[in-house]
Amino acid sequence: MSATNPALPPALEAASKAAQQALDQHFVETVRWHFSPETGTPFWLNWAKQAGWDPAREVRSFADVVRFPHFDGEALRTEPHESFVPARYKGRPFTIFETSGTTGMPKQRIGWDDYKIDYEQFSATLDDRAFPRGSYWLMIGPTGPRRLRLAIEHLANYRGSSVYFIDLDPRWVKKLLREKLHDQAKAYMSHVIDQAVTILKGRKVEVLFCTPKLLEALAEKISIPGSGIKGVFCGGTSMSPQQLRFLVEEVLEGETQLVPTYGNTLMGLAAHKPLTPADAYSITYHAPQPRAVLRVVDPEKTENVVAYGGWGRVELTALTPEFFMPRFLERDEAVRRLPCERYPWDGVGEVRPFQAEQQKIIEGVY
Amino acid sequence: MTDQPIRIPVLRAGKPYESLEQNEVKDLRTGAVLAVVDQANAGIVRRDLKKQDEHFAALRAIPIAERLRICKRAGELFLRGRLPVGPGCEQGPDEYVQTLSRTSGLSHAMVRANMAKVHTVLDGMDVILRGLTRAMDLSVLDGGFGAQHGVPLGFFPTTRSLGIVLPSNSPGVNSIWIPSLALGVPVVLKPGREEPWTPLRIVQALIAAGMPAQAFSFYPTNHEGSAAILELCGRSLLFGDVAVTQAYARDPRVQIHGPGRSKVVIGEDAIDAWPDYLDLLVDSIAKNGGRSCVNASAILVPRHAEALADALAQRLAAIEPLPPEDPRATLSAFANPRFAESIDAGIEGALKQPGAVEVTAKHRKGARHVVVEGAHYLRPTLVRCQSLQHPLANTEYLFPYASVVELPSSRWLEEMGPSLVVTAITRDKSLQRSIIESPLVERLNLGPAPTTRVDWDQPHEGNLFEFLYARRAIHAEAGW
Repeated sequence: MSATNPALPPALEAASKAAQQALDQHFVETVRWHFSPETGTPFWLNWAKQAGWDPAREVRSFADVVRFPHFDGEALRTEPHESFVPARYKGRPFTIFETSGTTGMPKQRIGWDDYKIDYEQFSATLDDRAFPRGSYWLMIGPTGPRRLRLAIEHLANYRGSSVYFIDLDPRWVKKLLREKLHDQAKAYMSHVIDQAVTILKGRKVEVLFCTPKLLEALAEKISIPGSGIKGVFCGGTSMSPQQLRFLVEEVLEGETQLVPTYGNTLMGLAAHKPLTPADAYSITYHAPQPRAVLRVVDPEKTENVVAYGGWGRVELTALTPEFFMPRFLERDEAVRRLPCERYPWDGVGEVRPFQAEQQKIIEGVY
Repeated sequence: MTDQPIRIPVLRAGKPYESLEQNEVKDLRTGAVLAVVDQANAGIVRRDLKKQDEHFAALRAIPIAERLRICKRAGELFLRGRLPVGPGCEQGPDEYVQTLSRTSGLSHAMVRANMAKVHTVLDGMDVILRGLTRAMDLSVLDGGFGAQHGVPLGFFPTTRSLGIVLPSNSPGVNSIWIPSLALGVPVVLKPGREEPWTPLRIVQALIAAGMPAQAFSFYPTNHEGSAAILELCGRSLLFGDVAVTQAYARDPRVQIHGPGRSKVVIGEDAIDAWPDYLDLLVDSIAKNGGRSCVNASAILVPRHAEALADALAQRLAAIEPLPPEDPRATLSAFANPRFAESIDAGIEGALKQPGAVEVTAKHRKGARHVVVEGAHYLRPTLVRCQSLQHPLANTEYLFPYASVVELPSSRWLEEMGPSLVVTAITRDKSLQRSIIESPLVERLNLGPAPTTRVDWDQPHEGNLFEFLYARRAIHAEAGW
């Protein structure tokens, strides 16, 4: 993770260095927190006993993250939740969040305030004209055991707003698509969209949260700006530049503002760098650093990041007092992008499903 | 001819649209990029097709008699004109032939033969519509009703547009959808990955000749985009193998154009004269590079299978790859070398099962799969199968390939399965009758005509008029 890059203008170079220092410091503190008996997490304290080194004492900067192996997501399916309760959180009931699209035993992450902090920080990136304070929101997407549902409601509440919810069960959709029951998948999609149209016709809603596919399907029924929607907060699947352009120019009719995001239950959410014409609709996301760090790594040699502009696999490190998760390999690949003014650290561009996984992953409507 | 790639935009009801995603179409020998084809995302297809009524109205504003004149003019333009391909870029006929040959592997002569086929359809559209409508007064289609032989009749269009998901195998397949414009139904085309050239040239010829541009959508797109076309067009033609078409097999709105499994069958009364039919058999198997669904892929005989197979194999084995500009070139190179490799491996694998022997192998110089100046070819292959149940007996491939099976004529119909074209060489009236009455045969040639022979006034694969129109009882009171 290089902090110095000749391509950066001096002011950004300085900001980038400062962000790197802040990350180094945050990393060292977070590792100490999770690996110290008085504050730490049983899972990591046990791990350290067999690791042959003491992370609490030895890490010096974020560069040391590669001393940890890739976090095995299987632990989130099998370990008792208590293993992930840091000592300082003992006795406080926690919320259990599940990853959204899996079948079988889902990955489960426990948490307390992380999602609130993540989304309060994210709120600052929203434009008040498109996401008016005190307005009503509509979320069309996975509710149930998803962090996203609570997070969106918290974000809206934090901005003085309230949310209507239409549930979409992505596990059911994936099952239908896997079994090639396309008619049923279509009928389910219509069922979801019809409910949304009913709310939009009956209530004054100004902000929408949904996936790109649902947004397209909704726009086939009604005009989105014509329904009074000022801002759309979109996430859930990869979006190619052409798909994004189509959403902006046609689905949103060049009027409603689109805020694409990249995130999941483990990461929180990454904000996008505001698009300029030079970006040609290629989206770059920046992790909510230092609380989470995204690296674009060489799939063959995952300790190394790829060069700027190169493709690699997305690797996530979560660094909060509630949750430490080093070097989790996401199912996605992306282009490594330069820091930008608003987010002076590496970005991930044109995120899409990781090649080797492409055969297996069914993105479906979610 | 410069090798600056041509940018081919999407046409959204006639309006060019440049996408942020493109596919490259390459010279199969040198790898040079000859075209950059803009890709439509499925959302674009869905959004545009909400306006089908408008595109339909624009085309219907022109009376059918004028549409027929436009088709005739378009035929001339297609054959000889300079027509737009991309922004600021036109192609004359020679450039079209060369580019298509370089990207598809067809020889120049084969491309020109296909051009002639497309020209025939455009030029003779009135004759084709007479055939499709059984010589109905076509003005019935303008007003919706009229009379024929004193019998009142009315027709209404079943769809506002015809979707066409095209293959890349041969430019000739485009002749199938062209009558749609004359019949007053706009087209929504999804070209094959490697063959944007021909459908685009036909579209541009028709627009230049006076057809309204709104009647043409041209969407190079992915699987999702194809599915959107098939879902939203009231009628569609879908080309592809069984894996592609299976999902639509029961959808009456979708006409499937899958493998033809065309055959030549020779009766007891004619088989002793088998040497007389060798030319016909070679034509049926190898014409147009063996890439058409009307190419024969099985020959059924009651006797003389060994001798016939051997003589035919000698003739087929003499067909060698030649440079594309050689007028004698009858083999086509593969645009995608992986297809050649996998077909070759598939045949070799199936030959290991008992009951099949390749007869061409001993007459051929070298292997079936051959690379000549960077182009991958499969040399013609004839397999003698002991029964129609052998996996090599009743199948077809994208090159001159056929099986020879010895089987009494009494068992043909129960064993041979569906066939797009059957050439039946027999004067046995009872055998002729049983074939004529079989629902498994789409087009039938009686007597020694190659399977590749096509009469344009008789549809060989579904009747487009009956697909696009339905009959209605209609009565108008005097003065109304």
